[in-house]
Amino acid sequence: MKPSLASLVAGLLFGLGLVISHMIDPAKVLGFLDLAGSWDPSLAFVMIGAIPVAAIGYRATRGRHAPMLDTRFYGPTRTEVDRTLVIGSALFGVGWGLVGFCPGPALTSLVLGRWQSWVFVAAMLVGMALYRFLDRAGAPFVRRYSTFISPR
Amino acid sequence: MENFTPLSALIGGALIGLSAAILWVSAGRVAGISGIVGGLINPAEGDAGWRIAFLIGLLAAPLVYWAAAGRLPSITIGASLPLLLAGGLLVGFGTRMGGGCTSGHGVCGIARLSPRSLVATVVFMAGGFAATFVVRHLVGG
Repeated sequence: MKPSLASLVAGLLFGLGLVISHMIDPAKVLGFLDLAGSWDPSLAFVMIGAIPVAAIGYRATRGRHAPMLDTRFYGPTRTEVDRTLVIGSALFGVGWGLVGFCPGPALTSLVLGRWQSWVFVAAMLVGMALYRFLDRAGAPFVRRYSTFISPR
Repeated sequence: MENFTPLSALIGGALIGLSAAILWVSAGRVAGISGIVGGLINPAEGDAGWRIAFLIGLLAAPLVYWAAAGRLPSITIGASLPLLLAGGLLVGFGTRMGGGCTSGHGVCGIARLSPRSLVATVVFMAGGFAATFVVRHLVGG
């Protein structure tokens, strides 16, 4: 089996997870983020369901030098908790709370044909490209993005 | 809490975790959606195929669900055009700057017990709570 086929299966399972958990629906996500409203803890239960299963996968490869279908792992290498991490995550969180979309659900919802999904994803790609441009240009408030570069 | 759906949340969550586990064990990649998409902007040679395959699977999911369940998932997007544009820009910029989103930090990173991801998750949750409070309760919505 090729890595791209495994990746296709993983993408499909991820999307089905978003659909079944209703996390594809911004109204559902905002129900979690709206602490002052009629709070819906479902999103926390999605994480409770996801994290242990993912953790089994990460533990399963301990002591191995390569995954089944490639010659190396491409895990994150950075460990420092810095200003770039905190400011970037804060900006992401604010954007998430404005609409109720994070990247996975926004992309998965594209096939449902709502214009709002397409506008959001287009703006998101512009935001990603803008960060990359500023990072490359050496803007003082961004730091070179250098994760996924070497085996663990 | 009248909309609380713990069982479907746990089952859907487990599928997301399974996706992350499969992608790691088979291809050695982290199932972080913002990273997978962001890596397609000027990808390194040979680095685009698995990303595109993952996204095809992701986008096919609502259609597969449709074929199995007989209906498309229902969603409600209440945000206005200015909020969609601002939200999209912030999510795109912020996830690249912070090195991950709800999946990469919130699921995969925490599953790896990464301190970076734990901090990122606390911060973006706080940002999400704050922005939702402002939109829904301060400026009216």
